[in-house]
Amino acid sequence: MWLSVIVLLPLAAVVAKSTEGGLDGFWQAVSSREAVAAIKFTLIASIVVVAVNAVMGTVIAWVLVRDEFPGKRFVSALIDLPFALPTIVAGLTLLALWGPRSPVGVNLAFSKAAVILALLFVTLPFVVRAVQPVLIELDREMEEAAASLGASPLVIFRRIVLPNLRPAIVAGCSLGFARALGEFGAVVLISGNIPFKTEVASVFVFSQIGNDNVTGAAAVSVVLLLLSLITLGLVARLGRVRHEG
Amino acid sequence: MRARFGLRSLALGYLFVLLVVPVGMVFYRAFEHGFAAAWDAVTTPDALHALQLTLLMVVVAVPLNTIFGIAAALLIVRKRFRGKAVVEALIDVPFAVSPVVVGLALILVYGRTGWLGDWLSQNGIRVIFSTPGMILATIFVSLPFVVREVAPVLREIGTEQEEAARTLGASPWQTFSRITLPAIRWGVGYGVVLTTARAVGEFGAVSVVSGRLAGQTETLTLFVQDHFERFDLAGAYAASVVLAAIALSTVAVMTLLQRRRRTA
Repeated sequence: MWLSVIVLLPLAAVVAKSTEGGLDGFWQAVSSREAVAAIKFTLIASIVVVAVNAVMGTVIAWVLVRDEFPGKRFVSALIDLPFALPTIVAGLTLLALWGPRSPVGVNLAFSKAAVILALLFVTLPFVVRAVQPVLIELDREMEEAAASLGASPLVIFRRIVLPNLRPAIVAGCSLGFARALGEFGAVVLISGNIPFKTEVASVFVFSQIGNDNVTGAAAVSVVLLLLSLITLGLVARLGRVRHEG
Repeated sequence: MRARFGLRSLALGYLFVLLVVPVGMVFYRAFEHGFAAAWDAVTTPDALHALQLTLLMVVVAVPLNTIFGIAAALLIVRKRFRGKAVVEALIDVPFAVSPVVVGLALILVYGRTGWLGDWLSQNGIRVIFSTPGMILATIFVSLPFVVREVAPVLREIGTEQEEAARTLGASPWQTFSRITLPAIRWGVGYGVVLTTARAVGEFGAVSVVSGRLAGQTETLTLFVQDHFERFDLAGAYAASVVLAAIALSTVAVMTLLQRRRRTA
């Protein structure tokens, strides 16, 4: 009951609003040039972010599990910081460093790179946290056997470690992808929200609400909603496969 | 050995540039003009009101979500019913929905022209652009945390002890408070910490439904954006530091709880 009042009812209202003008109206709202540009940029940015996360997340998880160095615990705790830090603060932190008053002299503010940087910041923990437990459980015997048979570290990683980690990496990536699609707070300050250039879908929705174009906002919301639900469904499916397998 | 060192530097370097330097930078900017200036910036009436409002969000949303979370986790793990898979999927939905979409959704239901708009305005209740709407938004976005933390613990502890208690004549409530609750307490604690962090830090959803009236419907995160856009950087940075400090202590508590849970 609680769940349907808090979650279901509002979402149903969005879907209803978006199709108020029939499917045609929905299609018109979604295919306006600005909306298309925003959705396209959101998708591209999210894909870039997920790709970087897949690599760097795995590297970080690897270092945290297999490597020993002073302060490792501290670093491990640090990974959760992007989850805990309010997104608007995340945006401001990035702007403080990479913005117009940048102490290192790099001004990325209001560029596409800035959006990607902000998304990288907020999605950092997903892959690390998904891969880490799998890596801890992973039996080292296979790797040792391969090494004694003369396999190089790279071959061992590609043939033995990576296949074992793949489900976890994919799961972490999907969660990160869903998050990147909808991110708002971290992006809103640093992107400058320039239509056709750095405007992401969530910011587009926000500005359409401000402009009283609620139908347009609702239509793009539904697109976002569908994309992230599909992603989540994929994760759930993966989880089930792993349980059974 | 060299490869290992390379990987380590790559990972740490990435974290350093992406996380540590920016966060350190905000602290530096906030205290650039001395501690007193930062203190003045966060003790203005507007800032104090924003802090109060943020605390109100936490005080309302966290207990509600904790109770709901425990109940929902019990339902999902211990009971069989039709549509269980649907309920499970629904609980995760707030994680997947963009905060802005959450805000829009609430406006469409409770706003002036929304589904319940007429009824609400006839009864003189204001939800959107006022505190109730912001509380609803906060509850929405922080809903899944307790469920997600408690459900796996429940699954792990099994039902043996609970069944034993029941055969010895304990009432359902006794069984819950004496057996189940102590067993899941670390999971609940972890969930509560995450819920609190999210409630404090929510920006997108609250931003849409609040109307952002300084000194009235402005939480601390909205205060940061508002002051940044008005070029009051000192205020924005100082409030950010307050939020960042809350985040850092959240991380510290999480780490502690994790260690406790592992040894418990």
